[in-house]
Amino acid sequence: MTQASAPPLLALRGVHKSFGAVHALTDVELEIRSGEVVAVMGDSGAGKSTLVKVIAGVEPADAGAFRWKGRPVDLARPHHTRDLGIAAVYQDSALCHNLDVVGNLFLGSEIRRLGVLDEGTMGRRTRSLLDSLPVQIPDVRAPVASLSSDQLQIVSVARALLGEPELLLLDEPTQALDTRQVSNLLDLVERLRDDGLGVLLISHTMGDIKAVADRVAVLRLGRNNGVFDVNTTPHEQIISAITGATDHAVSQRTANREEYGP
Amino acid sequence: MSAPTPSHSSGLGDRMRQLRAQGVRGYLAAWRRRQLTEGLGPAPAVLALLLIWTVFQILDSNFLSPRNLSNLSVDIVGLGLIATGLVFVLLLGEIDLSVGAASGLSAALFAVLNVRHGMSEPLAVLCAVAAACAAGALHGYIFARLGVPAFAVTLAAALAWNGLMAALLGGSGTLSFDDEGLVAKLTSHHFGHPAAAYSLAALATGLYFLAARRRSRAQRASGTQSSSVGEIAARTAALGLIAFAAAAVLNQYQGLPLAFLLFLLIVAGLDYVLRRTAYGRQVYALGGSVEVARRAGLNVAAVRVSVFAVSGTLAALGGLFLASRTSTVGLSSAPVILLISAIAAAVIGGTSLFGGRGRTWSALLGILVIQSIASGMALLGIPAAIQLVITAGVLLIAVIADSLARHARLTHTPGADQDRYPSGAGGRLGSGTQ
Repeated sequence: MTQASAPPLLALRGVHKSFGAVHALTDVELEIRSGEVVAVMGDSGAGKSTLVKVIAGVEPADAGAFRWKGRPVDLARPHHTRDLGIAAVYQDSALCHNLDVVGNLFLGSEIRRLGVLDEGTMGRRTRSLLDSLPVQIPDVRAPVASLSSDQLQIVSVARALLGEPELLLLDEPTQALDTRQVSNLLDLVERLRDDGLGVLLISHTMGDIKAVADRVAVLRLGRNNGVFDVNTTPHEQIISAITGATDHAVSQRTANREEYGP
Repeated sequence: MSAPTPSHSSGLGDRMRQLRAQGVRGYLAAWRRRQLTEGLGPAPAVLALLLIWTVFQILDSNFLSPRNLSNLSVDIVGLGLIATGLVFVLLLGEIDLSVGAASGLSAALFAVLNVRHGMSEPLAVLCAVAAACAAGALHGYIFARLGVPAFAVTLAAALAWNGLMAALLGGSGTLSFDDEGLVAKLTSHHFGHPAAAYSLAALATGLYFLAARRRSRAQRASGTQSSSVGEIAARTAALGLIAFAAAAVLNQYQGLPLAFLLFLLIVAGLDYVLRRTAYGRQVYALGGSVEVARRAGLNVAAVRVSVFAVSGTLAALGGLFLASRTSTVGLSSAPVILLISAIAAAVIGGTSLFGGRGRTWSALLGILVIQSIASGMALLGIPAAIQLVITAGVLLIAVIADSLARHARLTHTPGADQDRYPSGAGGRLGSGTQ
């Protein structure tokens, strides 16, 4: 809609990330706009989770250019990215099992009064935030170790939303949820998109992506393998990009070696 | 296990088994919440303490005399402070093996500066404590920045500080300082006026009441079931009873010991830091999951360095209180026994070895258990060698209980410890807890 005028919320160019000899990301580029859900798909080991960690500043990129609303930025530390307005929900639920829900939500950004934790205010804000989310958490003073896996997932989402981010990164958020909870979560993603957030959604499930995503960026073996419009691209074309049946020339050789079914 | 059995046909054995299963389950349910936040918590140590006091009182009627209890309250302070520092390190899930040596070194440093170089006592104390704080920060730095396992860093440090202490003290290996001076007074001074002990008891009770009410209000604010006024009043009354009874006993001998007062203030102050400040929250978070803390943007290295600095500082204070008892610093005070006793105190009091669970009060409780055993056995004339064996036994029981509690956590909850101990580390004992 406004694509021509406003610069994207976040634009990545030429992102590289290696772990030792393993090239997790090679020359990756991606754009996310406000009010848009961009899905990232790819096989296991395609670099999806690494991409989330790079953007969140948890595993800084080895090389690459980042622009936040058109302005060059450095995504080297978790608190830099948080201050910009980027929040992430990781695949492995990123919570401290020995802290209660409130402690986890506010970890790293505690509300203080006279240098002392303001538990009252933090508790109230936790309550009102969780009440707006699809899964019920009866006791916010319970240590998170006592929660079920869908509750853990929703606490992670709440933790990400607490700082009122402009860009939300969701790494496999529907994994631990049942069908009804998945649809609740996807409703939430739509609501956030309509509120003007940019959302980057990693998922294996084509259904989730068809439901909420505007575009799909496919990663294959750590490289871009096409960006597709969800509404106009047939399923099969996206799947074949994921499996490597259709390929950028660069990864052609690999694709030839390992033939996947259609 | 939970299959309903027909009511009449089951024999006595079956019913016993059922009762036992329910008992275990009921116990687990009741303690689960506390376990999850605080490890096993203080209850086992309180029970052990009551048992120990009862047994020794039966064996020797002098055990619970005002004189013996007053001495006990002073004897616990040195080791108790070292254990309090260790609680910080244990909360990270790490260990500091240098605290025994660091406490000896700083006491020696104080004595050498004061006696041989004529430095004033307050200044010498300051230097000794600052040196230990710096040493602790150095251990923390090597651990946090260079990635050397904490046990290895602090083991090397223990050897080094012990050697340095011997070098400082020189030939005879002992050095005596003024037995009327500031450091000697740390353990010899008592506030004789009865009002001192009673006002401390009143203050403690009042503060406990205010803290409990504040917590209850915070719980209500977050829509959580909070403790009722009656419950708070009952718990405050119980604490008040213990506090005033202790004050009355101390007043029957020489009054409130300065050492005990300082110990209580330090433990309470550090508990406040751990539980009510953002820094304390970071310490607990690191004990829960380092990776989560890092992703949340915490400065992991800084927290680690600070925790080892706290441990070193408290080891130094503990060393000064230990030296104060005899006005002497000597090589004979074996740092290994200090170390083991301090670790034992923290763990017996309910701080978990696995990180993230525990409070400074566990140091007080645990050292009371250990020192009560030592004091009772001394009264009965049992040799010190046997005391060591008994203390080791109590430590072993506490560590086993801590490990079992962790296994129970891992097998009964989806979210517990998954990031620290992947691939079902608790599976092996899973069937044993059913």
